Amino acid sequence: MQKIIYKENNYDFESIEILKDIGAEKALFIYKRMLEIREFEERIKLLFLEGKMPGTIHQYIGEEACAVGVCSALSEKDMIASTHRPNGHAVARGLSMKEIMAELYGKTTGCCKGKGGSMHLGDIDKGMLPAIAIVGGNIPIVMGMGLAFKLRDEKRVAVSFFGDGASNEGAFHEGLNMAAVYKVPAVFVCENNQYGASTSRKLVMNIENIADRACAYGMRGDIGDGMNVLDVYQRAKTALEIARNGEGPTLLELKTFRLCGHSRRDPNNYMPAEEKDFWNKRDPITLYEKFLSQQGLLDSDKIQQIRKNVENEIEEAVKFGQESPEPEPEDTYNDLYINMEVPR
Amino acid sequence: MRLGIAEALRSAIHGEMARDTNVFCIGEDIGITGGYGGAFTVTLGLEKDFRERMINTPISEIGIFGAACGAAVMGMRPIADVQYGDFLLCAMDQVVSQIAKLRYMSGGKLKMPVVMRAPVGVTGRGSQHAQSLEPYFLSCPGLKIVAPSTAYDAVGLLRAAVRDDDPVLIFEHKLLYGSKGPRQESVNFDASSEIPEEDYIVPIGKGIIRREGKDVTIIASLLMMHFSLQAAQVLAEEGIDCEVLDPRTIWPLDLDLIFSSVKKTGRVVIVEESSKQGGIGAEIGTQIAENIADYLLAPVTRVAAPNTPAPFSPVMEKFYIPQPERIAKAVRIMVNMELF
Repeated sequence: MQKIIYKENNYDFESIEILKDIGAEKALFIYKRMLEIREFEERIKLLFLEGKMPGTIHQYIGEEACAVGVCSALSEKDMIASTHRPNGHAVARGLSMKEIMAELYGKTTGCCKGKGGSMHLGDIDKGMLPAIAIVGGNIPIVMGMGLAFKLRDEKRVAVSFFGDGASNEGAFHEGLNMAAVYKVPAVFVCENNQYGASTSRKLVMNIENIADRACAYGMRGDIGDGMNVLDVYQRAKTALEIARNGEGPTLLELKTFRLCGHSRRDPNNYMPAEEKDFWNKRDPITLYEKFLSQQGLLDSDKIQQIRKNVENEIEEAVKFGQESPEPEPEDTYNDLYINMEVPR
Repeated sequence: MRLGIAEALRSAIHGEMARDTNVFCIGEDIGITGGYGGAFTVTLGLEKDFRERMINTPISEIGIFGAACGAAVMGMRPIADVQYGDFLLCAMDQVVSQIAKLRYMSGGKLKMPVVMRAPVGVTGRGSQHAQSLEPYFLSCPGLKIVAPSTAYDAVGLLRAAVRDDDPVLIFEHKLLYGSKGPRQESVNFDASSEIPEEDYIVPIGKGIIRREGKDVTIIASLLMMHFSLQAAQVLAEEGIDCEVLDPRTIWPLDLDLIFSSVKKTGRVVIVEESSKQGGIGAEIGTQIAENIADYLLAPVTRVAAPNTPAPFSPVMEKFYIPQPERIAKAVRIMVNMELF
């Protein structure tokens, strides 16, 4: 097994090559998607703190390049599965902010008709399983999706998103081992955001790179810079191609950081100031904005215009979420079995 | 043709795999030429016709049920099995939090046609290869649970389960399989049936009266159903006429059948091989108390295993499993109660 080398990538010559490859339109689309996630999350945080939103929140601020980079490399029929922190993946996979917002409010117009909530966003018709909020829980399921694609000889790939914490779960071990044994078309994307809730990964594992675990399964491993969306895109694209060609799954680790608390009102006081400073300087949106500006694709007017559009879309989504009808209490009984009433 | 449960299930699975290419088997020690065909020979030899669709797995129960879940979401119809029902506990998250809940959490968009097969019963293996897990899953909305006590029902319920778009958990009893060869159990109870040629199903949610009677209703599945029939035979000679009701489906319960039988007899004994605490008897008994208490001539009675793990010693094991004599005794006490 070859040692996997990780290096930080602050938009070097390789990024310029990738930019040429994807073209201006897609590059700007990626920028807008990342902004959508960021602004969406900032808005939700306010709504939640104001007490206007039910439930709990797990935010994706700082990790936008991971979801957007990977999802921009997917084909329409590919599937993703997410975690208790699914907002970024849902937006990146193309669920509308309206149906996401409505779900966060528990409304009938939500992507899960109000039965899922903030930790279970998804829409199978848009290529996203309802998010699995048990840590590591989606990994064996994604292996099974890949197995279905393989058994039916479909050229589709299943992608699992999970965090550094999930790589310590038994489900990770069983799922990755079986995925490697059956060579299923899948990509396991570990968003290493350095913390499982308040616990630094350094306290709970003795290795620097989670991708090094790939060799234990005879699986391909790779590490990308989760703060550089083009680096993520390129590595995801490679892993997806390998999977689609029947050459087996990849464990793709993305080095990233949660520039916010774990959930609800978490002020993330457990993160040392210097660590926060380091990652704040690597804010994926700032880095990409700067790069696109240097490459002549963005200027301050254009940035303002895109931001304004995103803000408007979010306001519409909030309005939609707040004004959509509540479910009837008795709707509780619907949608469990297909051909049977719930016995009462 | 007369078949035991293991052979009957094998032939039913073969039929379903031939009928629908989305059906596949996944489990430990299956699909290996010269191998076991699962712990109790149910899938023996199926690899001859379905090499690609017999997925032999590592010893990874989370993986097995995760794979079944993911494949089902994508339109496959997996038949996932564990060697012993107890191993379901290793996969509890996948079964309870994923397979049973995903359709609901999706707002009804997903289908989850997963069949899960799990052998239960106390069989001289100590307490970790013994548990009757029905009660654990009885409290899990989203699953359907069946428990065939004859080969005829095993075939009909297996077919119904595979063709159902909801997840179905099938509990099978080790001592009723009639497995042959090196994997044969040292004790076996005959559960074989004449299996008709035609493609029949046994509907999920429908129980059956195994023996008609007017004095007491005995409700029992799997091995306990056979023991209850034995008890009923003995009691008949004493002039007590027992009705034996086999629910066949543990969830959703066939309450219509249960209520009509208990209304007729006015007395009910619920027998189960799991511990009494929080068991099937607790659910059925409460349903009866809530709905038709007025018809009862005597309190609901439960005959169950003690509230302990299954012991190994053959002496203690025999005490642990409700024997026909214990069932008969419970009925006698119940019938005689009116004399006081």
